[in-house]
Amino acid sequence: MASQVEAPVVRLSDVEKVFTRGDEAATTALEAIDLDIRRGEFVSLIGPSGCGKSTLLRVIGDLIQPTRGEVVVNGKPASQARRERDYGMVFQAPVLMDWRTVQDNVRLPLEILGRPTAQRTARAREMLELVELGDFLEHYPYQLSGGMQQRVAIARALSFEPAILLMDEPFGALDEMTRERMNSEVLRIWERTGTTIVFVTHSIPEAVFLSSRVVVMSPRPGRITRVVEIDLPRPRNEDSRETPRYFQLVTEVREALRMRGDRPADDEAIGDVPSVDRTMAEGAVG
Amino acid sequence: MSLVSGAGAARTRRRGPAAGFARRGRRLLFYLPAVVVFVAAIVAWEVVVTALGLRTFVLPKPSAIVAALVANWSDPRFGLATSARATLVEAVGGLAIGTLAGVLVAFATSRWVTARGVLLPIAVAANAVPIVAFAPLMNNWFGVLSPLSKMMMAAVLVFFPVMANVTRGLVQVEPAALELMRSYGASEWTVVRKVRIPNALPYFFTALKLATTLSLIGAIVGEYFGGSSLVLGRIIVQSASALRFDVTWAAILLGAAAGIVLYLAVVGLERVFIPWHASVRSSEP
Repeated sequence: MASQVEAPVVRLSDVEKVFTRGDEAATTALEAIDLDIRRGEFVSLIGPSGCGKSTLLRVIGDLIQPTRGEVVVNGKPASQARRERDYGMVFQAPVLMDWRTVQDNVRLPLEILGRPTAQRTARAREMLELVELGDFLEHYPYQLSGGMQQRVAIARALSFEPAILLMDEPFGALDEMTRERMNSEVLRIWERTGTTIVFVTHSIPEAVFLSSRVVVMSPRPGRITRVVEIDLPRPRNEDSRETPRYFQLVTEVREALRMRGDRPADDEAIGDVPSVDRTMAEGAVG
Repeated sequence: MSLVSGAGAARTRRRGPAAGFARRGRRLLFYLPAVVVFVAAIVAWEVVVTALGLRTFVLPKPSAIVAALVANWSDPRFGLATSARATLVEAVGGLAIGTLAGVLVAFATSRWVTARGVLLPIAVAANAVPIVAFAPLMNNWFGVLSPLSKMMMAAVLVFFPVMANVTRGLVQVEPAALELMRSYGASEWTVVRKVRIPNALPYFFTALKLATTLSLIGAIVGEYFGGSSLVLGRIIVQSASALRFDVTWAAILLGAAAGIVLYLAVVGLERVFIPWHASVRSSEP
């Protein structure tokens, strides 16, 4: 009953996004998207390149306006939620300001929000401790490795306690080992802060390991094909990646990715198939 | 997870007297090849001119140039010290005017599309006119005897690279950085202050380094077309026509020295204002 009483943090109703650029034919990036995200949930959006998952994330964050449909965040329109600083953003690149020290990068949103100086300093320190960079306050971004820079970006996104953390393939540029370590890091932070997280990825293991729910999308037009509940017990750790249930769920998401809505499975949904094979597959279907 | 996995810990600056000595030693070693080559070139020049018996009007010996520099330092006819100072003042004045104008136009063009449409073609056209063509006009507008006419010559040359570079720095911002600022609900002015201006600083200093040389060219070319006689441009013209090429070379030497001083001043400013930028980080051992 409680879950029915509490309104979702994010509610997407019949969202559609059509891109029209100059004389080119319009592309439908998103179509008929309905999705509710509950408070404190960790939701991953997964799909092949071009399925509109990053677009969907930007629609939630009011960085892109939908062509149709409604985005309600904390009971308000997305644009109002953005102005009221409900979002923390983390991109694939860390997007740190080269001219600011690690500490000053984390203070940036607090400066813009007009928080008192003492609070900015204390908060930046606290957040950098949280991502285990407490010893690097005065370093410049160029003095840090890629993984460390991304942790600064996470600390910055959390510094003003946004209601929702939007992460767009944050570990896509990192090597596999660093990525797995960062996954554990994010889980730890999420468990500690209770922030609602929407996480875009194209890595199935990453999505399964992190999420409460995995939203599977298909391309052209981008739609939600399935939502997979991830019932792996928490707290999760590296051992969770070796349980039979984990492998079952990875398989389930992989199979969902092969499906294209109500059409028969074809290889196009995987995304990286050479065009010759795709032509053959289409020929076989048609 | 390990805290020292990245490059950060290794690059932390060592301090203390021992590190200081090591640092100074490395710095000396770093500049040593340049000093050796420079001294060798001067010696070779002296030797070749003496050995070939070249006449002074073809190429004076370095020792003769230095002698002329000393002898004419405060000479009433070829007053090198007074002239160098006057030319430097003109160049710096022009540098200031041209830089200010370039930065202002850059802000306007990067902020308003209309301003870009109106100002850019004019700037490009002005830049396409050979600088020599402006000299008589500047003398007419700002007074042939006034240093302002020479400053304006320098300013015309300085304006374009500053305007073009600063515009680029203000406009070429990482799109994700703008998305980030938007997600914070930051105002346009906040974006300018926190992202665009710092982003443009390296571009600004690159332009300023170019502009130091250009400002001296502008000032000296302006001087060729008349005005006060105690300026480097006039000294060069007059000493050459009097076949005193040792003085001509001494004046050129002073012009070069002024250029180097201005350049180094900009490098110094760069170290103060953009210590985080790659151009500053890698220029020192």
